[in-house]
Order: sequence, then C-alpha cells, then structure tokens
Amino acid sequence: MTELLSDLINGLSLGALYALIALGYTMVYGVLRLINFAHADVMMVGAFTGYYTARALHVSRSPAIWKVVVVFAAAMAACALLGLIVERAAYRPLRKSPRLNALITAIGVSLLLENGGQLPFVFGTDIKSMPDLIAGAPLASLAGVSIDSIQVLGFATAFALMVVLNLVVFHTRIGVAMRAVSHNPEVASLMGVGVDGIIAFTFMLGSALAGGAGVLYAMAFTSLDPVMGLLPGLKAFVAAVLGGIGSIKGAMVGGLVLGVSEYLVVFLGYSGYKDAVAFALLILMLLVKPTGLFGRPMTEKV
Amino acid sequence: MSEAPLHLAGVPAAPVPASRAALRSALPFLIGVPLLLVADLLVPAGSYTLRVLYDVGVAIILAVSLNIVNGFTGQFSIGHAGFMAVGAYGAAYLTLAHRSWALAHGHSIGAFEGQAVFTLALLSGGAMAALAGALVGIPSLRLKGDYLAIVTLGFGEIIRVIIEQTEALGAQTGLTDIPPYANLFWIYFWVLVTVLVARRLQASSHGRALLAIREDEIAAEAMGVDTTAYKVRAFVIAAFFAGIAGGLFGHHLTTLGPRSFTFVKSFEVVVMVVLGGLGSISGSILAAMVLTVLPEALRSFDRYRMSLYALLLISLMLTRPSGLFGSREIWQLRRPRRAP
Repeated sequence: MTELLSDLINGLSLGALYALIALGYTMVYGVLRLINFAHADVMMVGAFTGYYTARALHVSRSPAIWKVVVVFAAAMAACALLGLIVERAAYRPLRKSPRLNALITAIGVSLLLENGGQLPFVFGTDIKSMPDLIAGAPLASLAGVSIDSIQVLGFATAFALMVVLNLVVFHTRIGVAMRAVSHNPEVASLMGVGVDGIIAFTFMLGSALAGGAGVLYAMAFTSLDPVMGLLPGLKAFVAAVLGGIGSIKGAMVGGLVLGVSEYLVVFLGYSGYKDAVAFALLILMLLVKPTGLFGRPMTEKV
Repeated sequence: MSEAPLHLAGVPAAPVPASRAALRSALPFLIGVPLLLVADLLVPAGSYTLRVLYDVGVAIILAVSLNIVNGFTGQFSIGHAGFMAVGAYGAAYLTLAHRSWALAHGHSIGAFEGQAVFTLALLSGGAMAALAGALVGIPSLRLKGDYLAIVTLGFGEIIRVIIEQTEALGAQTGLTDIPPYANLFWIYFWVLVTVLVARRLQASSHGRALLAIREDEIAAEAMGVDTTAYKVRAFVIAAFFAGIAGGLFGHHLTTLGPRSFTFVKSFEVVVMVVLGGLGSISGSILAAMVLTVLPEALRSFDRYRMSLYALLLISLMLTRPSGLFGSREIWQLRRPRRAP
C-alpha cells in the first residue's frame, strides 16, 4: 500500500511535467496543425539554461528563493526566444507548403538542436548534473510515504504555470485571438487578427512552458545531456494525443494519466518496460478513440 | 507537340507478348546475378572497400524501401530502424539457433547448409518485420495526418525496449558471433530485388494508387482507391525489406546490439530519402551511396555529421522541398516537368 502510494505520488509529479511539455505541443498543433518535433529539444535548451544560470548564481552554495525564480525566468525567457527564432526561420517560410514538408523541417530543427548541442563548444556530450535549487528534504508524510520538497516544488510550479496559461488563453484578448486562429486562421485574419503575430506568440508561450519544464525535469532527474529531451518529449506528445491534440485540458489530463500509468507499471514489477507504456497507450488510444479524450472530431474538407 | 503517345514513366505504351514480358522480368537477374558472382570473386575478402560496399548495399535497401512509404505513398514513417531491428534479430536468432542445433546433433537440419539456412533466416526475418509493419500500420494508417510519424517513432522505441529486456536476444549486450553469411553477392542480390520491386510497384496500377494517395488522399478515395488498404500494403512491403536489410546487416557485422537501432538510424534513412527526392528510386540510391561513403571519407568530420544532416534537411525543405530529383528519376531529369 505504501509502495503504491509512493508510486502514485511519483507518477503525479512526473505527469505534471509531461503535461507542461504536452501543452506546448498541443498549442502549436492547435494553431499550425504541425507536430513541433523540436519542442522536446527546446525543453533541453531550457534545462541547460537553468543549469548554467544556477551555476553562475552559485545556487548550491547559498540557496535563495529569488535565485530559484531567476533560474526559471532565465530558462523560460531563453526558450521563448528560441521558439520565436525557430518559428521565424524554419516554420514560417513553409506555412503555405504541404504539411509533410513542415514536419520534415521540424525533425531537422530537432536534430540540429540535439546534435548542435553535442558539439564541444556548445553543451558537449558529457552528462552534467544539476545543482540542487532547493534543499531536498521530506516535507510531509502521508500514510508512511514522505513527500519530497523537490516534488512539491515541481508539482506546484507546473500547476502554477498551467493556471497562468489557462488565464492567458481563456481570459485575455490575445487568448481569444489564439483560439480564433486555432479555429480557422483565414476567418480569424478577416476578423482583424494578426495571424503571424499570434502564431509567434503561441510558439513563445509553448516554448516558455517547455523551458520551465526543462528546469523541473533537470531538478527531478539531476542529469543533463543534449538528447535528454527526446524521450520525455515523445511521451509528452503521446500525452497530448491521449488527451486529444489541440485541447489544453486534454494535454493536462493526458500528462497526468501517462505519468501515473508509467509508475503503475513500475509498481506491478515491470520497470524495464516503463518507457514502452506510453506508446502502447498511444496505439490503444488510436484504435479506440483516435481523437483522444477531449478532442473534437475533425472533418476533412475538400 | 505530342507525336509520342503520352505515357507514364516505366509503363509500356503498347501491350507486349507474354513471352517477352517474362523475359523482361527475368532479364535484370540474368544480367545481375552473374555480374554479382564475378564481383564477389574480384573484391578481396575482408578489405575495407568491401565493408564500405556492404554498408552502401544495406543503406540502399533501407532507403529504397522507405521511399515506398514516404515517397510513393506520401505517408511519413520515421521508425524504419525498428523494422530493421526486427529483421536483424529474427534472422540472427534463427541462424544461431540452427548452428547450435547442428553442433548438438553433429549435422545440420535436413539438407540445410550455410547459404540455404541464411536465405531462409533472412526471409523469415523479413516476414517478421512485415508482420510488425502490419501490426503498427493498421491502427495508425487508418488515421489521416501525422499520427504515423509518431507511432512509428514510438514503435522503434518499443522494439528496442523489448530487445533490451529479452535475455534470449542478448538483452543490453546483444547477439554476438553471428555466422558471417552475408557477402557481396547476397547483399547486392537483395539490393537488386528491392530496387526491382520498387520500380515495378511504381509502374503498376497498385503504384498508381499509391501515388494518387500521395497527391490527394480525398480525391483518391473518391476515385475508389481503398486508401487504408493500399497504405498498409505499402507499409508492409517497406517493413519487409527493412527486415531483410537488418538480416544482412547482422550477418555481415556478426554482432548486433540494441544501440544500433536508435532514432538516429531511422533519421539517417529519412535524410537519404528526402535528399534523393521523395518518390525517386534512383535519387534514393544515389543519396544512400553518397551519405554512406562521405562520412567514411571524412572520418575526422564525424562529430559534425549529424548537425550537418540536420542543416541539409532544413535548407532542402526551405529551398527545394521535393528533394534533389523530386519524384523523377535521374534519366528523366532533362525532361521538362509534367504539369502537376
């Protein structure tokens, strides 16, 4: 029982991370109908930015709350900038071309970030370890299971970021514009929405979330390398599809479901297959309900 | 303007007699097989050139088979290494099992000796990969859009995880001491088969259906093309040849590890297909050759190789989205482009 509870808590905190990354996928898919493969690598860049900022601030020697905030802000800002650059340089010129081309370009950008990151004068191939942003101490204990402060910080930050995102998307003018573009770009532009600007903003927002997720991921797993984004990125995408791609609520739920089911597999004693669960779930979902939990059925127009 | 009757590349303008058609089907083998046998004798065994030639052959099979899905049908699979792994492990497991059986009993099973065992193992490996292709393809190809990309990517991961967890397949360390059955003859024999199948497929009514799906799925469906069935079939054929390539790969390297079949491998094949031109068989062959030989020539350059591939892919998509040759073959390059 204790074991199940601790696996559930681990699953929820991992799921919150997946949800955070999945939001970026789902928002970009919403406005562009593009799987932004580079999103996972944006997260990696966020993790590295966080790592270098934390080192520059000597966080491990004298921890302070403001330093944690600066680390997150730096990572999110760097990722937002990166998202903007990628959108401008690689995706915008292809907006009118077939979707396959954009997809190939996205894979190209992803490969470039991963392999460029491995170059000796960028991040290098050696695995770096993230300094502790806050002292890892058991905060509370629930039925014999201690909840770590890093987990609490992770979950709280992820949750706060999602609340902010929800406010932006559903309670601001720019959020209305985003939803309009996602609904129909042509009509939105006729209604006076600057589609290019909104798409760029969506990329920045999604990338900033990925940056935050990158720091949280680095804190939870402590090791960083240029291909670290690959697997969580893929799984987060699966989470987005599970919840229904294009749906913000779906991405959050999908992420949590995925995180919990991964740890359930660990609980059942198949920890070797942990990484395969996501894809098994994906195939199952595609067979049963291809639009995902909260997805709208899309009709293809000629 | 058009004194020559308008006909599509590779499709004969007039029906040919059955005897000539049969000869025409056999001709590539009548010429190719003796040539390969001679080449096999000429190239010294164990040389560096030979090893590069092996790699080029395997790369050609991979690229041409992936082109059937990504080029002809316009679907986007990025898990080719997964199918390659299925074929490689399947074939290697069978030859290893046969060898231990033969060692235990002092003789082979029935009349099976080296090459016959290898051929059977290779075909079984291909069949296993094809089965895996059907299992992956049926759920994901029913859907439109980019799901195939992510499912194939995920499938490659699942295969790797399963191999890493299976003791019988050597888990993390992999299989070693696989009999080196694959030689120049066998590898290029299968290159010949792959290229011919792809070429014939392209020219057949079946291939026309695939091209129609690529050009416009809705229109193809309206014309009575059973899009899902055709997509699955293309996917299964591609998976079969990826499995064959895997089997050949394992039997010339003599060791197999799960690390050989990561995303990077799949992406390399994708880059070959895209660079050569989606839908161009000769383009794929050329790109497979260049992208296999070039890194060998620039060994010290290895560190920058993948970054360069990535830049190549992006700039290609931005400037020449249909690849170097588009969907045309090398010998059609001077012919003016057909109106879309």
